[in-house]
Amino acid sequence: MHLSFSKVSKQYPAPSGIVHALRDVSFTVARGEIFGIIGRSGAGKSTLLRTINALELPDAGAIAIDGLQVGGLDEDGLVQLRRRVGMIFQHFNLLSAKTVRDNVGLPLRVAGIKPDVVRKRVDALLDLVGLSDKAEVYPAKLSGGQKQRVGIARALVHDPEILLCDEATSALDPESTQAILALLRDVSSKMDLTVVLITHDMAVIREICDRVLVLDHGQAVEQGEVWRVFGDPQAPATRALLRPLQHGLPADLAAQLVDDLDGRPGNALLSLRFNGAAQPHGVSLQQLALLGPDATLIHGGLDRIRGHAQGSLLVSLPASSWQSIKASGAFGGANHGHGADFIEVLGYVPAPA
Amino acid sequence: MATALISLRFSVMSLPPLNKYFQAFFETLLMVGTSALIAIGLGLLLAIVLTVTARNSLYPKPRLHRGLSVTVNVFRAVPFIIMLVALLPVTRFLVGTTLGTWAAVVPLTVNLIPFYARIAQVSLNDVDPGLVEAARAMGCRRRHIIRHVLLPEALPGIVGGMTVSVIAMINASAMAGAVGAGGLGDLAIRYGYERYETRVMFEVIVILIALVSVIQLVGERISRRFDHRH
Repeated sequence: MHLSFSKVSKQYPAPSGIVHALRDVSFTVARGEIFGIIGRSGAGKSTLLRTINALELPDAGAIAIDGLQVGGLDEDGLVQLRRRVGMIFQHFNLLSAKTVRDNVGLPLRVAGIKPDVVRKRVDALLDLVGLSDKAEVYPAKLSGGQKQRVGIARALVHDPEILLCDEATSALDPESTQAILALLRDVSSKMDLTVVLITHDMAVIREICDRVLVLDHGQAVEQGEVWRVFGDPQAPATRALLRPLQHGLPADLAAQLVDDLDGRPGNALLSLRFNGAAQPHGVSLQQLALLGPDATLIHGGLDRIRGHAQGSLLVSLPASSWQSIKASGAFGGANHGHGADFIEVLGYVPAPA
Repeated sequence: MATALISLRFSVMSLPPLNKYFQAFFETLLMVGTSALIAIGLGLLLAIVLTVTARNSLYPKPRLHRGLSVTVNVFRAVPFIIMLVALLPVTRFLVGTTLGTWAAVVPLTVNLIPFYARIAQVSLNDVDPGLVEAARAMGCRRRHIIRHVLLPEALPGIVGGMTVSVIAMINASAMAGAVGAGGLGDLAIRYGYERYETRVMFEVIVILIALVSVIQLVGERISRRFDHRH
């Protein structure tokens, strides 16, 4: 395995007592993979990421890159390691006193590489990130997205095997975020780069990651392929993080919802969830039609993640039709006629009097 | 014509001749320039050592750090006029005499080193720790971090501190008259204060104001040139 963590733990003293930043975290990342680590603030993501290039050292456990133990390296060993592992940051961390060219070239310069070689390499990377015309500019004159491009060029200048991204898009506007994520996806495939990124934004994970690890209070509470975790989240922390991306019950409907109509006319509200496992290609309209001619799609959506369509749909249909569908067995049972992986009656909305 | 006027003035009112002003001006420049050159160099070195030996810094040496810090405080606490006298043996050892412009360079330098070190230290400490982390992550050794991150990023403050220090030193150099160092301050005290030649005092003060203003202006210009943070 390219990158492996086994039972990594780290704690440090704080005024409130000992903080367990990481507890027995184990996972592996394959070469060329884009691996996401997500968690709320203070979950230990940042510490976890920094143990990979030994900016932080774990108290227990082992981290290995292609079999090389990261712990126990001397300064020379660390410098060599860090030249194989690039890193980009939320606040870019570009040197204000150096031009874009000198920022990108610095890792090579301190490695003792000849200036003309450095220059060529820097030009190639600025070209890759689309900033060839900004070489002589100081970082203060750049936009956030451009600064992160410089950060990426600097991180890739040593042609590393692994790129660490520390909340790389959290300080950017939505448009720059999309552009930076596209660039990361692009360079990772072009350079056969393994990317490990941390974020608190599930949208970033959905956008570019192959696999994800959910960290909560220093523990790995869930990990797996992104579509699986999104389609059927298990841990409460995962569900909480996913909530902003999900189509929950709209507030106006929630206000009208009752548990029972008590014989009055009204509609049943059904939530259909698709986890992407049984029907990765999507939801058939024919199957949905089994809910009858009066059924209405009122909210929801599907996302195709790595070829797996998952998501949820909110359906409203007359309570009487729902009763007969349920009775006829067209719904549910073993055959899942409607195709949904989970179906839940959220409640009923009485018809206006 | 001007010389005649001056000599007339001198003979009548016992004012210092014009060349006395020039002489005092150059003595001040010599004293301040030499001391500043040495003190800023050594002070910057001291500031770097203070910064990198702090806890959680590049070369954590808490004991050395505390020792240096206390020493700096001691030297900053002693009033300049007392240090001037206390350093007489050192001055005699280094310069061979305790009188004159060169003799004043020693206490001025010793006085300025800790002062400048603290100013430069503040600028070095203000460098964003994220930049140091980024440098470590890119495979910089610690000496690279000092050279490529700490010093260049703190440079605007380091240069600004030089301006402050040189001006503070022009002020302190007036007291160096006590060891016969001469200079503008000495001229103002000797003629203006002791001989009640108020006009000489004001003239010297005007020259000092001009000198300070020019240094401040030039200092700000240079500082701005190194500042790419905005």
